[in-house]
Amino acid sequence: MERVPVLKIGDILLVSIQIDMEDQVALQLQEDLAERIVATGCHGVIIDISTLDIVDSFVGRTLATIASVSRVLDAETVVVGMRPAVAITLVELGLSLPGIRTALNVELGIEMLARSRAETEVELDDEDDADQAAVTTS
Amino acid sequence: MPLSPDEAGRFADLLEKQADGLVARWAELVGGSLLGRMSRPELERQTRDLQKSFQQALASGARDLTDAEAGELRAQLGELSSNRARQGFSANETAVSVFALKQAVIELLGDTADAQALRGYVAFSAFVDGAALFTFDSYVRVREALIADQAEQLLELSTPVVKLWEGVVAVPLVGTLDSARAQVVMERLLQTLVETGSPHAIIDITGVPAVDTQVAQHILKTVVAARLMGADCIISGIRPQIAQTIVALGIEFGDIATKSSLADALRYVLGKNSYKVVGANRTER
Repeated sequence: MERVPVLKIGDILLVSIQIDMEDQVALQLQEDLAERIVATGCHGVIIDISTLDIVDSFVGRTLATIASVSRVLDAETVVVGMRPAVAITLVELGLSLPGIRTALNVELGIEMLARSRAETEVELDDEDDADQAAVTTS
Repeated sequence: MPLSPDEAGRFADLLEKQADGLVARWAELVGGSLLGRMSRPELERQTRDLQKSFQQALASGARDLTDAEAGELRAQLGELSSNRARQGFSANETAVSVFALKQAVIELLGDTADAQALRGYVAFSAFVDGAALFTFDSYVRVREALIADQAEQLLELSTPVVKLWEGVVAVPLVGTLDSARAQVVMERLLQTLVETGSPHAIIDITGVPAVDTQVAQHILKTVVAARLMGADCIISGIRPQIAQTIVALGIEFGDIATKSSLADALRYVLGKNSYKVVGANRTER
């Protein structure tokens, strides 16, 4: 069975799907990705679907599941490069892929991850301050 | 009542022998209805061509316009009506150009015609009627082709996608938005988003005369599709009346940003990208 390679670039796992997304392939990708996130400790996942001509409801749901699983493992998922024809078909079918963040291309996807990472780190800093404040007052 | 072979032959002779007088009278009758919109020599040339085709068709024994012998005549009539349709003449004026032949012929027959000749004339008249109906038919066909062409041109002309800023594209919609146009707009916008990698799109509906539920549905679909691809859409150019209609119809734009003018939308997008619009010669305070 064909497998989709998962590449690690810095703090990001990059998945470029270049084969037909059959159900089995999608499920395998879901497992591989979860393992790789844990193994590498990456905080971002980019799934590039720019070569996919067809995204059916199963693939859509798998993408949503991957996003949820990664979120549990503290990694943000961004789906990038969806083709116009695919987007139109999904809209016509009434599938709006809730819970999935999207970007136009890999570059914008990396930017988006960097931005959301920066935001969470700022929040962490704030929490540290709050902890220290609590320590000093007690 | 179709033409019998010898009647057809007789009319072919008549058309040939009296050609000059007939063409002159025929052109005169037609010229009256065209009111000088076509030059006299041009009209006479066309009339003469028609007369020749009629004469040939009859001489070769055509009993009906659908006969193989009348092929030349049909081609001639088709060309005449397609030219007239393109030049803006009405269908009536085109058909009269053929009908006038009947009057010119009966004038030639004159009072001398006996019952036999009149019977022949009735059959001939039916033949000419068929020819006129044929011109009418081809006229309509040419007109419909013209309208279809124009509709297609309109579709291509009216949906530009323009770049407003780095990463910001806009679609100024002008005219009524039906399903076909909405589809074209949607495809072109999404394609441009991919090609330019712009994460922001502004749909400006200043030029849309009315927004009903269907138009709103089309716009919403476009916005959702753009979101799926990872781009953000803003709707701008909503006129006061349109806003009232939208509320009255209960259309929900949800969390889609709407602005009253294109300028507001651009300012909003720039603000989101941490740009700030400041006058060049205003001193910072």
